[in-house]
Amino acid sequence: MNAVSKTKKSLFADTSVSKAPVMSREGSVSIHEETTGSKAVKYLLIGISVLFLFVMLVLPLITVITEAFKKGFGEYFKAISDPDTASAVTLTLKATVIAVLFNTVFGVFAAWAVTKFRFKGKKILVTLIDLPVTVSPIIAGLIYVLTFGRQSTIYPFLEEHGLEVVYAVPGIILATVFVTFPFISREIIPVLEAQGTDEEEAAAMMGADGFTIFRRITFPHIKWALLYGIVLCSARAMGEFGAVSVLSGHLRGKTVTLPLHVEILFGDNKFMPAFAVSSILVLLAVMILIIRSIVEYIGKDRG
Amino acid sequence: MGKKSRIIPGFGLSMGVTLSMLALIVLIPLASLVIFTAKLTPSEILEVITRKRVLASFEVTFITALIASLINAVMGVVLAWVLVRYDFPFKRLMDGMIELPFALPTAVAGISLTSLYADTGAVGKIFAKFGIKIAYTRIGITVALVFIGIPFVVRSVQPVLEKLDPLYEEAAGILGANKSQIFRKVILPELSPAIFTGFGLAFGRCLGEYGSVVFIAGNQPFKTEITPLIIMSELQEYDYSSATAIALVMLLAAFVILFLVNLIQIRNSKILGGGH
Repeated sequence: MNAVSKTKKSLFADTSVSKAPVMSREGSVSIHEETTGSKAVKYLLIGISVLFLFVMLVLPLITVITEAFKKGFGEYFKAISDPDTASAVTLTLKATVIAVLFNTVFGVFAAWAVTKFRFKGKKILVTLIDLPVTVSPIIAGLIYVLTFGRQSTIYPFLEEHGLEVVYAVPGIILATVFVTFPFISREIIPVLEAQGTDEEEAAAMMGADGFTIFRRITFPHIKWALLYGIVLCSARAMGEFGAVSVLSGHLRGKTVTLPLHVEILFGDNKFMPAFAVSSILVLLAVMILIIRSIVEYIGKDRG
Repeated sequence: MGKKSRIIPGFGLSMGVTLSMLALIVLIPLASLVIFTAKLTPSEILEVITRKRVLASFEVTFITALIASLINAVMGVVLAWVLVRYDFPFKRLMDGMIELPFALPTAVAGISLTSLYADTGAVGKIFAKFGIKIAYTRIGITVALVFIGIPFVVRSVQPVLEKLDPLYEEAAGILGANKSQIFRKVILPELSPAIFTGFGLAFGRCLGEYGSVVFIAGNQPFKTEITPLIIMSELQEYDYSSATAIALVMLLAAFVILFLVNLIQIRNSKILGGGH
């Protein structure tokens, strides 16, 4: 078990929106203060950090908002109420909801299988679950094109049944599910691993069935991790660009998600509308960061 | 945990659901990549990946990713240090902001950075005065990759720095070490595995990054064309063999990096893990 948890830890560190740094931050500050060096160094380092984050993170956000409202509110609302934008919002929401539902079901079952039982090949299973986040989005798109595209062995079958995947909505949804695949399982697995299996074993020996055990014992432990995973999964799903771009075909009003819509507008030199549509995504991103902080805070509070 | 397992019900069900979903999303597509690769001959692959334009794109991709990750390694340590060791107003806000590159869609970051760093943009204007072009050059690509990579080093160094016992620094201070000696000889060795891990993860992510880079890169062949873009254009021309051959190189690079990162982390957790 030890070995497994070690590898897992290292894999999970990838794209580490980690919950690790939450603990003991406040308490340690005062102790360190004296050993931290002179005030000058302190203010210099804080200054560098603030400047760096301002130029790299804050300015791009401000740019989106100022560019979006450059021509006034009227033009802004015209840009975001465009029918193409509306269809992009719908498709993005659709892909995001499906990805979250799919990966939640997967995450819960996979976490249960990985943490409650011992079996051979667990390491390989965990590695495979994590694989999608280590692959470049473009390559993720490529492997779906190879699977469902014209040269694929199953293409005649798909064609016969009128199933379009590449350059169609199913492809976009599959790509979104792929890039967010481990997002929920990898939040739940560490929590369940830390919790152990004693409680579930006791319940099982007292005659509780699997669903009751899950509902009454396991679920209360994982609900914050699950929520956290869902937040991260939604963030990535709505913003996915590369993989979706490969599979989309960019058919306006049909296979264009919000990020792709931004790309098309920007490519057509329609900068103001591109930023107006971006502002929707910025708003969602900021909301996700806030929800993330709240979930992290409450989750930490309640253990 | 060496008990006779399977007291808990649901092994068959959970394993079945897990494996079928995994097969659908990961295994089958991966298998088709393997099958397709098997159809290519080594000389075919070699021909594709040694094309001048492809080689130039490897150079652009690797060099910009490397520089961006190095910048992030340095800035990541500074940011983690500031967030852990100092107290100042809006620290929590700053801490939460670090994750913005994960939450903000890459396309939005891309167009925003492009207009910001173009010759007419707020930041680009300042550099343009000195004759430095940022957008549509390799510098622009690096800027986008720095943006993408910010969270990696910060988030891997932060927890280690938090756990670091100030006792050793105090001891070093009492023994007469000055501040820079303490940092170099006491703190840095403790942090270096975490820095390497964050650097490796950022580097891996930068190699495959597409969305934030395509807008700011300008995408001139031989100059500012990144490898993911070449794969993309091969796909648009239905040249799946070339796309796959180039993708294999990138996959190989990503796996080597991941392997090294895991190696460092396993070693690291053996040293630091202690009781856990």
